[in-house]
Amino acid sequence: MRMNRRLFLQLTALAGGGLALELYRSPIIAAQKRKEPPDLTPQAFIHIAPDGVVTIMARASESGQGMRNMLPMLIAEELDVDWKNVRVQQAELNETIYGPQFSGGSANTPEGWEPMRRVGAAGRQLLIAAAAQTWGVPEAECATQSGRVLHSASGRSAGYGELAAKAAALPAPELSSVKLKDPKDYRIIGHSQPGVDTHAIVTGKPLFGIDVQLPGMLYASIEKAPVFAGKVKSANIDQVKALPGVRHVLVIEGGITPAAYTPWEPGMEPGIAIVADNWWLAQQARKQLKVDWDLGPAAAQSTEGFLKRAEELLKAPPATTVRKYGDVDAALKSSAKVVEATYEYPFIAHVTLEPQGATAQWKDGKLEMWSTSTLPEDGHKLVAKTLGIQESDITTHMVRSGGSFGRRLQNDYLVEAAWIAKRIDAPVKLLWSREDDIAHDPFRPGGTFGLRGGLDAQGKMTAWRQHFATFGDEKRSTSGGGIGQDAYPAGFPPAYALYTSAQPLMLRTGALRAPGDNAYCWVAQSFLDELAQAAGRDPLEFQLELLSNKQSPWSASERDAVGDHEPTGQSVLIPERYKGVLELVAEKSGWAHRGKTPGRGMGIAAWFCHLGYFAHVADVSVDAQNRVTVHQVWVAGDIGSQIINPAAAENLLFGGVIEGMSHMAQEITLVDGKIQQSNFHNHPLMRIRQAPKIEVYWRKTDYAPTGLGEPGLPPILPAVCNAIFAATGKRIRTLPLQRSGFSWA
Amino acid sequence: MPIQLKINNEAVAVDAPPDMPLLWVLRDILNLKGSKFGCGMGVCGACTVLIGGRAVRSCMTKVGSVGGEPITTIEGLSPDGQHALQVAWETHEVPQCGYCQAGQIISAAALLQRTPHPTDAEIDTAMSGNLCRCGTYTRIRQAIHEAADAGAVARPR
Repeated sequence: MRMNRRLFLQLTALAGGGLALELYRSPIIAAQKRKEPPDLTPQAFIHIAPDGVVTIMARASESGQGMRNMLPMLIAEELDVDWKNVRVQQAELNETIYGPQFSGGSANTPEGWEPMRRVGAAGRQLLIAAAAQTWGVPEAECATQSGRVLHSASGRSAGYGELAAKAAALPAPELSSVKLKDPKDYRIIGHSQPGVDTHAIVTGKPLFGIDVQLPGMLYASIEKAPVFAGKVKSANIDQVKALPGVRHVLVIEGGITPAAYTPWEPGMEPGIAIVADNWWLAQQARKQLKVDWDLGPAAAQSTEGFLKRAEELLKAPPATTVRKYGDVDAALKSSAKVVEATYEYPFIAHVTLEPQGATAQWKDGKLEMWSTSTLPEDGHKLVAKTLGIQESDITTHMVRSGGSFGRRLQNDYLVEAAWIAKRIDAPVKLLWSREDDIAHDPFRPGGTFGLRGGLDAQGKMTAWRQHFATFGDEKRSTSGGGIGQDAYPAGFPPAYALYTSAQPLMLRTGALRAPGDNAYCWVAQSFLDELAQAAGRDPLEFQLELLSNKQSPWSASERDAVGDHEPTGQSVLIPERYKGVLELVAEKSGWAHRGKTPGRGMGIAAWFCHLGYFAHVADVSVDAQNRVTVHQVWVAGDIGSQIINPAAAENLLFGGVIEGMSHMAQEITLVDGKIQQSNFHNHPLMRIRQAPKIEVYWRKTDYAPTGLGEPGLPPILPAVCNAIFAATGKRIRTLPLQRSGFSWA
Repeated sequence: MPIQLKINNEAVAVDAPPDMPLLWVLRDILNLKGSKFGCGMGVCGACTVLIGGRAVRSCMTKVGSVGGEPITTIEGLSPDGQHALQVAWETHEVPQCGYCQAGQIISAAALLQRTPHPTDAEIDTAMSGNLCRCGTYTRIRQAIHEAADAGAVARPR
């Protein structure tokens, strides 16, 4: 069985500089990419007890996207068992047996859809073979139903439990040869199934990374410099060692050299680890630490400096041409109307509700880790490399986490826990405080876009020129700060140019849910709305027209993608699907008949990323103090032919809307290299009183099902800003809202 | 001297400094992991427990200040995990990551004791101290209404 991981990563990169683009820059991933994917066997994933209870291994990491349900559901469907008889067990890290175990880039659905169903079908085939051999009948005469093999000619039947031992010993069939169900016969796929961990969650059972408890375990907390990669010159270590409950105080040299380009997983940050009898004691001792830091070059960085430099970059000739066709400058010059705007968005932090942490134990030359990483294989390798030990001497247990949103794709906290464990003679649980979590986040990088758009006398778009001031060196954008050559609306305006220029950034950045897209969608869909308004046209109608004018030729990468990803060609924006969700959301929200009241308005926006199409309409009111209330949001999505677990899918879309709204009020700012935000009071999340009513609608299409973590988020930001414009006539071109004089009510 | 506490209907003696937050006593000393750490300054609600029936942020509550008042954590909300709120949370598949939900359920329990049939506005007011990073608020509202309708909430006699 050949996984399409490589293709998937490649293809996601096309959809707007997303996660994959960043992953490509990681040498570890690059190595992984070269590794031939394993041949999956049903025996690895399916264990059937004599009483017929089926245990299915969940291979992917779980941080709330419902992967422990979705992937096992695919197996159970084709195995032909009742979900109520299925027990799901989290697999340990072993990609040789299980294939890819990461959860990122909304990749688990497109990557798992085919192989997981084939694993289930192969299991079913083995059980049929075992029954046929037992009864001495041809396999073709046997059928299955709800965990039993049936032979109708003789009236015999046997439960899977009775056949399991025999079936497990048979050679597994070639996965590509097994027959899959007709989708009309699905009894699990497409039907909401209860969350595997829901009961444990609502009864407070230990389940999360922070809940891991080992006999004799100690607790660690790490003090780091207030500036990225600042080093320890000296500290009152002996004094702190003597404090109550403190067992060890360890100086971490660190392995980061600040430079213009900060890579994905840049190395260990320097600091001082305090290991104590409980975490509170470690924290108490930490307060007594007096450290003299060598802050290093990152102390010269400030938000003010970043913004000033971005302004200079946008005035200067662009450094890089990402995509260009037509004579965009001539087209603008001859346009009847030209709209110019600068859009600016801030750095923000992931703030998973469970702060980062991990548990590790070093014993007899072996390391055991309890990891919440969503890229666990990389964590495993990174730990081996950092500690100078063999990968084969490490066991990684995959533990549920209290949220990732891209944060746990990086493994810094895991490396730290392992590093401490190797230096002490007890298991250790590392936990970051919320303040640590914000100050040392791999931030979603900020950015500034200079845009110019042209309209002809009939109000049709003539040209789109954009210049993106991002971060990095001459060659590479910082993680999460890249943009793909197919960034929408590339390929649709008659003339188009996308340029980038970068300034140095000595700061860890990374992938935040819908990386790249979570900011760029806001820029592009807001500016499109501006152009529609300037043309005096309905923004929906204006965008539908644009989508009907796909320019030729397609880019080289588009052609590559289509060739690579046959038969679906899903990585390339398909205008009919994009239009489809726009039309559906317009219908459901009553867009055509929306009211025109001062202070209240509706906004529309759509996006394609991570293989999914989403459109949002927001109904918003703004009071006299510019306080914004979102009353209702309509969401329309197209992720292909099946919504595998509908209740979980809808929940993820509620989450996308609420999270996107949170992004709109968040910012990370720097003064003298120091992060100014520290906790939820100054890096806020939406609260329940601010949460709108949300309706979700699906447009099912013939394409293979794709993922949902990311693509449902981006449109909410421009939908709300476009609604604010409809309500007030004021355009939000700077986020967070408060930098434009607005706030959430 | 050990501190005497009443947790989930059991008398417990804890050897901890009196200024240690109740949250860390629960989690790291008594191994009750249901209450969660999210912010350490009482702004996220993940650590919420009931003390004398009131929803309290255990990360900000010194263990020495609790005295004899009964403490209820998510583990003790019902003997069998079948409190009306827990059932409703399961029926509506409220959780995504699930990390905040113990605190949400405890805050909702305090609300229903005061206001057995809350309106959306009353829910919003009572529950706005509990953050959900995943954004499950829509379903939290639905589940609280359903639990209220189920009427299985303990009321003062």
